[in-house]
Amino acid sequence: MEGRLANMWRLTVNESKFVETALQYELRVDGRGLYDYRKLTIKFGKEYGSSEVQLGQTHVMGFVTAQLVQPYKDRPNEGSLSIFTEFSPMADPSFEPGRPGESAVELGRIIDRGLRESRAVDTESLCVLAGKKVWSVRIDLHILDNGGNLVDAANIAALAALMTFRRPDCTVGGENSQEVIIHSLEEREPLPLIIHHLPIAFTFGFFNNGNIVVMDPTYVEEEVMCGRMTVTVNANGDICAIQKPGEEGVNQSVILHCLRLASSRAAATTKIIREEVEAYNREKNLQKVKRHSTLAKSEVFGPIVVVKEGHKKSSDEDKSAEISQEHVELKNSKEQEAVASPATFKGPETCSVSSDPAIKGKANDSGDAQKEVTGDVEMEDTPEVTKHKDGEKTLRDAVKPKKKKRKNKST
Amino acid sequence: MEYVNPEGLRLDGRRFNEMRQIVAEVGVVSKADGSAVFEMGNTKVIAAVYGPREIQNKSQQKNGHALVLCEYSMAHFSTGDRRRQKNDRRSTELSLVIRQTMEACILTELLPHSQIDIFLQVLQADGGTRSACINAATLALADAGIPMRDLAVSCSAGYLNSTPLLDLNYVEDSAGGADVTVGILPKLDKVTLLQMDAKLPMETFETVFALASEGCKAIAERVREVLQENTKQLEYRRAS
Repeated sequence: MEGRLANMWRLTVNESKFVETALQYELRVDGRGLYDYRKLTIKFGKEYGSSEVQLGQTHVMGFVTAQLVQPYKDRPNEGSLSIFTEFSPMADPSFEPGRPGESAVELGRIIDRGLRESRAVDTESLCVLAGKKVWSVRIDLHILDNGGNLVDAANIAALAALMTFRRPDCTVGGENSQEVIIHSLEEREPLPLIIHHLPIAFTFGFFNNGNIVVMDPTYVEEEVMCGRMTVTVNANGDICAIQKPGEEGVNQSVILHCLRLASSRAAATTKIIREEVEAYNREKNLQKVKRHSTLAKSEVFGPIVVVKEGHKKSSDEDKSAEISQEHVELKNSKEQEAVASPATFKGPETCSVSSDPAIKGKANDSGDAQKEVTGDVEMEDTPEVTKHKDGEKTLRDAVKPKKKKRKNKST
Repeated sequence: MEYVNPEGLRLDGRRFNEMRQIVAEVGVVSKADGSAVFEMGNTKVIAAVYGPREIQNKSQQKNGHALVLCEYSMAHFSTGDRRRQKNDRRSTELSLVIRQTMEACILTELLPHSQIDIFLQVLQADGGTRSACINAATLALADAGIPMRDLAVSCSAGYLNSTPLLDLNYVEDSAGGADVTVGILPKLDKVTLLQMDAKLPMETFETVFALASEGCKAIAERVREVLQENTKQLEYRRAS
């Protein structure tokens, strides 16, 4: 605490006077109107559930992770949501490494209240086994640069990270159906969280004994202002949380005015977040689709189509799953090259010509057919067994389309 | 669960706009410069104020203003389930909030180079500890003779079974409905503290907010009465 205050960066009297007088003429230091918001940019990381939000100079990173834990005793069928804040010492001279300070705790609590108490995230759907295993979702918020109004930026970072987060799918099975099997990301498409609404925080700064209200105060304004209020609202016009921690008193009418302002802004900010998240999701899906088009072509060969389709549906176009499949294909083809004659390799036509390998091939085929009938249980085997035939072709196909496209372009 | 029965009575027999019984006493800690006990029903808080005294840590000194420090803690026996909670996030936040509320009502510019310590201990918790703490702190500060703009008072209100309810107790507080804590400076008619949880539509919030403000004004009257009574007592003692 002592160090924190000693390291505090203080405005000179001249500077603070300047900011205050300018505000009396409805002018802000950075040229915004009183109720204008700074530019908001949202970026996403490569992994699920990571976001980076920039609000003017303020820079916050959000990261969401999940873990299976035992639920709280008073809520056996609800998952949990916890928020951790990290004020990096590089963001502000007053931030110190080590235990979170008062402001870090308060920030975490404001966001926590907005998200949890308003039931924005459906915690009941995070339950796997009542009383035994539930998902515990952890949101880490890292302040990378403090340009003022950390709460709003951190709140948006938390929302963006939550919306792009995917948790691995899991099923209950094993003995007495009490064991939890977590499916890896390759095996099954990970699931998004259920988010009912987006509570968005808006911070107001009060100046001149609460007579001047400013939205989204900057770092400089935060030093000068005499009061602060954070209002968390969603696009439906509901108020999810309010925090006005003491400081200078303001009139009731001013507070209600702020609430109205905030709820009129909520829709716009919600739209920005949703658009950014959608763009990100679209991009992710596109990456998957590109890979899939190559696989779809290879499916023409052999009687394996049914199985593969089934497999495909279960994996639901998972990108990483395909990577692993391709790996398998590569391995298999190499093994075959080593063991069998190269003739067996050039597709079904050559297979029928040569005697011994052909029989083997047919045996394989019939085996495959039987396995298809038996269903999903042996699904893992069938694609591997059958794939060596069209394995190379899928690889060729993976290369060919590009060439074809180029040719098309040139012609 | 039904929190308001068809007759309009709550679980503990109160009406929607009824507060719990308030018992307040000033001067309960002999060593402290000012102290008070504040009870609202089963919620009981003790507050002690030390100061204005010399600043212990010079680096914390503020230019031309007194330094206000506040520590909120809950006694381990204050709740039904005993849990370790010293320096947890909730009490850190509450300390901050209470400190800033009291800072707003103390005339800090009159006491430069000095510090005022406020210690708050929750002895029994039955909902509304935040409000009770602010009220207790106000009484203790007044008892210590620290100059104040106004008597900061606080009260909470909630919204359950589509009825706004004044002064929630623990059962009502943990029901998952909205909880609005308001702190006002009654003479100046300004809101210093405002905290809200859970989701509420705009219009409903306004009614709940208005109810809580009304509650605050009622508490302010009671706090003033207690202080006046205390002053009378002091007068009698001097006369005798």
